Amino acid sequence: MNTSLTARHGLSDRALAWMFVLPTVILLLAFNIFPLLWTIYLSFTNFRANRPNLDVDWVGFSNYTRVLNDEAVWGHMQATAHFLCWSITLQILIGFGLALLLNRRFRSHSFWSTAILLPMMLAPAVVGTFWKYFFEPQYGIFNYIVGLLGGPKDFTMLGDGDLSPWAIVLVDTWMWAPYVMLLLLAGLRSIPPYLYEAAEIDRASEWTKFWRVTLPMVMPFIVLAVLFRAIENFKMFDLVDQLTNGGPGSITELASISLKREAFEKWRTGYASALAIILFVSIYGMSMVAVRFLDRVKQR
Amino acid sequence: MNNKIRHPLEPSVASKWFAAFAVIGYAIVSLIPLVWIVTTSLRTPQDAISYPPKLVAEVSAIGYVNLFTTRSRVGAEEMADLPPPTTWYEKIVRDQQMILAGPSRFLDRYANSLMIGFGSTLLSVVLGTLAAYAFSRFRVPAKDDLLFFILSTRMMPPIAVAIPIYLMFRAVNLTDTHVGLMLLYTVVNLSLSVWLLKGFMDEIPREYEEAAMVDGYTRLQAFFKVVLPQASTGIATTAIFCLIFAWNEYAFALLLTSGKAQTSPPFIPTIIGEGGLDWPAMAAGTTLFLLPVLFFTILLRKHLLRGVTFGAVRK
Repeated sequence: MNTSLTARHGLSDRALAWMFVLPTVILLLAFNIFPLLWTIYLSFTNFRANRPNLDVDWVGFSNYTRVLNDEAVWGHMQATAHFLCWSITLQILIGFGLALLLNRRFRSHSFWSTAILLPMMLAPAVVGTFWKYFFEPQYGIFNYIVGLLGGPKDFTMLGDGDLSPWAIVLVDTWMWAPYVMLLLLAGLRSIPPYLYEAAEIDRASEWTKFWRVTLPMVMPFIVLAVLFRAIENFKMFDLVDQLTNGGPGSITELASISLKREAFEKWRTGYASALAIILFVSIYGMSMVAVRFLDRVKQR
Repeated sequence: MNNKIRHPLEPSVASKWFAAFAVIGYAIVSLIPLVWIVTTSLRTPQDAISYPPKLVAEVSAIGYVNLFTTRSRVGAEEMADLPPPTTWYEKIVRDQQMILAGPSRFLDRYANSLMIGFGSTLLSVVLGTLAAYAFSRFRVPAKDDLLFFILSTRMMPPIAVAIPIYLMFRAVNLTDTHVGLMLLYTVVNLSLSVWLLKGFMDEIPREYEEAAMVDGYTRLQAFFKVVLPQASTGIATTAIFCLIFAWNEYAFALLLTSGKAQTSPPFIPTIIGEGGLDWPAMAAGTTLFLLPVLFFTILLRKHLLRGVTFGAVRK
């Protein structure tokens, strides 16, 4: 009925659908798919972007085997894994804790939740710059506060190889624990009250209610939060680039930082392209799982 | 005695107090960095590096003056020969044993951020609105795959995308141009804009347009006169999210611009400049850069969840 209506006036729905979708698809093809294909091509060559006039040779899979056999790459992967595991664990713990507390709906809870959310929306690169100031060992406020709380004062958060991996975890957690809080708060609010009423009738303890009702019902949201944070932090660039720039040495050289160094400082474009493809495939795998969970959460 | 009967699911008064105490404590601690950066912008360079850090310090406009100017150092004798400063900011510059050399590039970079931010936002919202409407109302072939493809473009690490984009831009002379960065941000934001807007469009009842079409509107007229006004909140929300993303973006800006079209995020860290200790100027730049985002975040608070989950979770 609908189609016959529009057929009489003006454009058909079909034509309109194409007209509306095509510009988006074309732009995405030009700026995403074409570059992706180009990267795949480059990853099989010895091209160097700073010497565009040099002959380009086809090198087969040698870039890939070099990436996978490179000990430095495994070091970067370990740094990335350390960063991912700890930042996500802390963000889930803090975010879930805050969400549970906010869900008690004390007076002014919405004001304070907005206040907590502010860091999440800031530019990570700029955040990295001003945290560098807080971490200054001579006059930084971070060392000062740690000292006030009875800790040591003479440590350099960013210059010390043992501490700098924790510096990036700390700042990332400060920025993104609110994100987990926001997502899990929505999870908590989606739990139908009758489940708690039923538990109440069964005289379940608070502890039992948490393990048997709250946690299982929030679980899909927790998984979603973990996946979202994992994807974002796997790509992590701006914050760490400003905060440590991979240093000291290459202790905090996460995947994206090493990609920048290979591609835009050492100009090993072919090698960097192979690394980029490997990273992309890993993230793509994670995103597929994330999208499935999105659908599941959506149904609630 | 309090004889009001508490609903069994309502948290007890004590637990509410505990929750409020813990949450407010966390909020205050997590806001210290923001408050500290804003106050640092109003300090003198000496106070900014004093130890122990001063909770209360002399208020000074040096940070802002240094942010907007370039200065050069002159000797004491030369300084004595100069005519007295004519403006309040020139006086601040003189007090640092320097003379005014000219304006800094901060305003240019800020203007670039604004121009590229608004331009790309406009484009991605217009294109996103059209695509979202089509995905929401029409039968599009392979709709779910297409939507997933659109979302997946957001998952690529920017540095990985930057390698070929860098070569592409070099080939067509888009490196360090406003148009280049604007197009790039438009594309990056398209995924968010399509997904968010599709969610908003799905919430508008089809009956509205169908009624309008029965009254003789074409589909296109119904879209412009019925659907768009209904979707205005969604469109505004989406626009703000796109704007914040473009405003905050760093990786592409760092690698694809160097001067003319450089935006604020890669520029702000370079302010610290001379001696590496001009933290008040850096803090001033940061403050001016962050304020619009803070304002918009507060404006958006009801829609934040939706925005950061690509419209998947709506509360």
